[in-house]
Amino acid sequence: MEQNSVIQIDQLSKVYTVNEREAGLVAAMRSLVKRKTRDVNAVDAISFSVSEGEIVGFLGPNGAGKTTTLKMLSGLLHPTGGSASVLGYRPWERNRDYLRRMTLVMGQRNQLLWDIPVVDTFELHRAVYRIPEAHYRLAVNELTELLELESLLQKPTRNLSLGERMKCEIAAALLHRPSVLFLDEPTIGLDVTMQRRIRRFITDYNQHTGATVLLTSHYMADVEALCKRVIVIHHGKLLYDGELTGLADRFAPFKTVEVKLQNGVNNRPLAQYGELMAQSEGRITLRIPKDDTASVTGRLLSELDVADLTVQDPPIEDVIEHVFSQSPSPIDDSEAQQAQSA
Amino acid sequence: MFAYYPIYRGYFRTSIMMMFQYRIAMLIWLLGGIIEPLMYLVVWRTVSQQQGGAVGTYSTNEFVVYFIAMMMVSHGTFTWIMWEYVYRIRMGQFSVMLLKPIHPIHSDIADNIGYKFLTLIVMGPTVLLLAWFFDASWQPTYWSLAAFVPVLTLAFLMRFYLEWSLAMVAFWTLRIDAMNQAYMVILLFFSGKLTPLTLFPEIVQRAADLLPFRWILAFPVELLLGRVTPRDLLIGIGAQLFWLLAGYLFMQLIYRAGIKRYAAFGN
Repeated sequence: MEQNSVIQIDQLSKVYTVNEREAGLVAAMRSLVKRKTRDVNAVDAISFSVSEGEIVGFLGPNGAGKTTTLKMLSGLLHPTGGSASVLGYRPWERNRDYLRRMTLVMGQRNQLLWDIPVVDTFELHRAVYRIPEAHYRLAVNELTELLELESLLQKPTRNLSLGERMKCEIAAALLHRPSVLFLDEPTIGLDVTMQRRIRRFITDYNQHTGATVLLTSHYMADVEALCKRVIVIHHGKLLYDGELTGLADRFAPFKTVEVKLQNGVNNRPLAQYGELMAQSEGRITLRIPKDDTASVTGRLLSELDVADLTVQDPPIEDVIEHVFSQSPSPIDDSEAQQAQSA
Repeated sequence: MFAYYPIYRGYFRTSIMMMFQYRIAMLIWLLGGIIEPLMYLVVWRTVSQQQGGAVGTYSTNEFVVYFIAMMMVSHGTFTWIMWEYVYRIRMGQFSVMLLKPIHPIHSDIADNIGYKFLTLIVMGPTVLLLAWFFDASWQPTYWSLAAFVPVLTLAFLMRFYLEWSLAMVAFWTLRIDAMNQAYMVILLFFSGKLTPLTLFPEIVQRAADLLPFRWILAFPVELLLGRVTPRDLLIGIGAQLFWLLAGYLFMQLIYRAGIKRYAAFGN
């Protein structure tokens, strides 16, 4: 175990047993006698660790096992195999001291009481988490300022917009100053401004308190803004664990070259340089194998009347999409370890 | 124990605030709790009058007092947790409760007591009004009145643990409406809610002694009526304590197994 690792997961697995039934009356009757079940490996022996104060992005397509993992780490689900330790506790034992030191924020999850003003839910949390009065005041003031909640606190939850509610949900989840945050899609359904504000808030909270954050998001902007390190899972298996910037190196064997031509495109045989991604008046975008970058740009410059040329890594969204569209080929343990220590 | 005091105060506060939001629904609900025993009261009173003023060992006046007392005890002990749990698990709301550093039963107990206190405003005058209207005469002894408080508290707690445990069957199957219904029917017969138990055949009475239900309702009611001897009082409290302990252990057992099974639906 690393010395200051707060989250440590080893071969963690969750198998769901689901009932399977064919359509039709006969099948329905048959299932009365004999139930057919099927095992689904929602999380398949994943291992990783997160150090104190890190913000780690936990990525994967829908159904990859992210939420199941977060539920196990926050003590909601019992795993079917492997082990996990967070702050030295086994999460699913649901030790009260552990629950007082962590939080799970799920998009759409209602921990605010629907019919009463937000501040009254806060008050209830103060009692339940046994937050001393002075700490509570400090936390409310700080969260109110950071998330701009001033005008929302006296309103009943049901009168808030989605974005306003999400901000209050986050505040409610942080009143007890948890040192581990599991954030599942904290910006889902929010507009760009609100997303940006929440992102800034997470950074601030992390810097203020040194809290450890494990976060899932479908918005790459969230991940790019917050996480130096990402963990990618697919079909319950760990695909990648390392720097966000390394993701492109590892999974995107191509670069994007944008070329502006002086005299327009005019039926030139452009396909010979690479895969033509986009073309407009005097401007083309090519995707070329990474290893050929130097030679292809050289040829472009010498053979065409280039006005401007830029070489870029593909957008992170494309990389991720590329990763998920491939058949899963999980990296083996030694690679995972290497990636972790990198 | 005292550590829970501020938490309970917080729960009471919020649950009463929420109930004020649903005044009308609450009133309609309360009405159900008043009408059911009132119906039995009217039926048995009529039967008794036609039988010449008594049925079995119960006089017409005793029927009236019995069902008014039943109204209070039933109101004092009832829970709605068996319906709540299905919703809670199906909608994933249980997850929110599990994340809190406190056993979820506490907020339910506080919620229940909060409701009871709030509805006293209606229940109290209703009881007095009915007693006046049906011309009930009632002379309790001091010791039975004094014993009523702990007996009702025990009845409330044992019913709470029992129904909270049964509610958790929702961890295994979400279709527990039929089970709830069956439970209500059994409760109706063996608790003395439908009719005083002494009017049942001997064998039913003995069965009722062995089941928990009469110790929840009939026993506190009979105590108020002055039909419980000091010796029976001790036996009754013993039975209540036994069922309370059994209910508590059952709750712990099923809760532990249940959360292992919990699939955290939704989200």
